[in-house]
Amino acid sequence: MKKNLVPLVLLAVLAAFPLVVADNYYRHLMILFLMWVVIGSAWNLIAGYTGQVSFGDAAFFGSGAYAAGLLSHHLQISAWWGLALGGFVAVAVGLPFGWICFRMRGAYFALATLALNEVMRHSAAIAEGFTGGMVGILIMPTFVSKVPYYYVALGLAVASMASIRWIVHAKPGYYFVSIREDQDAAESLGINTHFYKMLSLAIAAFWTGVAGSLYMNYMGFIDPDVVFSLHDISIMAILVGIVGGVGTVYGPMVGAFVMVTVQELFRSGFFGLFAFLGRATGSPTVEAVAKTITGAHVLGFGILVVVVILVLPNGIVGDWPKIRNAFFRNKTAA
Amino acid sequence: MAFFRADELVKYFGGLAAVNGVSFQVEKGEILGLIGPNGSGKTTTFNMISGYHRPTSGRVIFKGQEIHRMPTHKICRLGIGRTFQVVKPLGRMSVLDNVIAAAYSRVNSHAEAQDLALETIRFCGMTPVKDQLAKSLPIAGRKRLEIARAMATKPELLLLDETAAGLNPTELTEAIDLIKKIRDNGTTIVIIEHIMHVIMTISDRIHAINFGQTIAEGTPQEVAQNKAVIEAYLGTEYA
Repeated sequence: MKKNLVPLVLLAVLAAFPLVVADNYYRHLMILFLMWVVIGSAWNLIAGYTGQVSFGDAAFFGSGAYAAGLLSHHLQISAWWGLALGGFVAVAVGLPFGWICFRMRGAYFALATLALNEVMRHSAAIAEGFTGGMVGILIMPTFVSKVPYYYVALGLAVASMASIRWIVHAKPGYYFVSIREDQDAAESLGINTHFYKMLSLAIAAFWTGVAGSLYMNYMGFIDPDVVFSLHDISIMAILVGIVGGVGTVYGPMVGAFVMVTVQELFRSGFFGLFAFLGRATGSPTVEAVAKTITGAHVLGFGILVVVVILVLPNGIVGDWPKIRNAFFRNKTAA
Repeated sequence: MAFFRADELVKYFGGLAAVNGVSFQVEKGEILGLIGPNGSGKTTTFNMISGYHRPTSGRVIFKGQEIHRMPTHKICRLGIGRTFQVVKPLGRMSVLDNVIAAAYSRVNSHAEAQDLALETIRFCGMTPVKDQLAKSLPIAGRKRLEIARAMATKPELLLLDETAAGLNPTELTEAIDLIKKIRDNGTTIVIIEHIMHVIMTISDRIHAINFGQTIAEGTPQEVAQNKAVIEAYLGTEYA
């Protein structure tokens, strides 16, 4: 019971959040956070547990988003059906890819995922008749209020984390980690490594696709550069995983929170701090910084990753004992 | 019908014949020693038996079934376990989790896998270190973990690849005791070993190879006195 106390309290807080906080700005950030929990958890399963690093999560995210968008665009069926369909479409993209590319190991597989990302992005841009090309897809959002989206996102975040937590503590989880640690040894223990890598990829692709469908429903607009974006989706997914801690169940949640916060800090120019400083000091330098800082979030991500890898190579959750000792040394001693 | 038979195994890497026509049989319950100087093709033979290499030609027959075209994981499930000469611990997993991962090849629920793993760990004398990370084990522990992991897949035939190399005399005695215990439990063993004390003590029969070809086979005494074997190990002037 005590083991489940922290997650349950956290869940209660998250469930109560939109009732307490009425500001749509913060609700929006929380929806993004929950969406990234889903994507981060999925990335963590294939990369963190199974050791098959994916640089192309956007391929699955975009497939899910387009599945929902095209459903509404061509067939006038509610994009909410895409929530289920998007996951399966992403699996349909992932399985043939995995079947071919899981013959490669390590960095070579990672490069193949990068290629998949670009193939999907260009395909979506080129197939104008079907996808609308670079014009993108616009659908009417179902709800004006953000609250329904919030609870859908929360439900998906909980479901993805619970399913992955269940899997990693069962037979497939042991097999995934064995493959990560040594694929040849895993084979000698009777593990069909090709099959289990495909299984891990399918589960990860499913949840990433579902997150993409949620994005379509929530934002109401997608185009190839947004949902198949290398740095805003694929790299962000990696950062969420690394910052939170690869191979930990709760790492992606912490990582998602940190990364969405950092992204927003840059996007908003540190909540208007630089704009304010510019006005206050009247210095042209500070004003110039204020203008460019909003576009510098990728630079910020880069610096953050370097710091995290140097100081906390196992991420915030993986290195939690280290952080606790550094900040609360007296408490642990007592 | 032999329990296990390797039939005219040949393996070429490019133009190099690593194994060039090795044949041997193993009867149920015996320990067969596989010896030969460095590079003579012992590990390559193991890799062909366990499905890591596909033989260029030749056959491997286990309990009447051809297995040389099967993938490694299927061969494991058929009942052939192996250890690696260059140990492959699943480093960031505990010893127990290493063995549980292996046990899952025979059972499906976590409780059963854990029971089988704990039993195997006790059998192999690793209970005191079961919660340590595999990468924190010293070499003797890692070699023993290789055996424990292979044993958790409940093999009928166990291939041991230099499990005694790098051990000190005390550890050697323990390793020999463990291997005998495994044999007494009904598991057939093929063992590659360079340490003559080990191979002479535990083998029922010895099969010697050099340059990928069989040079002698017989009881440990016969092989130790065989001219070709002495030549291979010590050079012609001693033969």
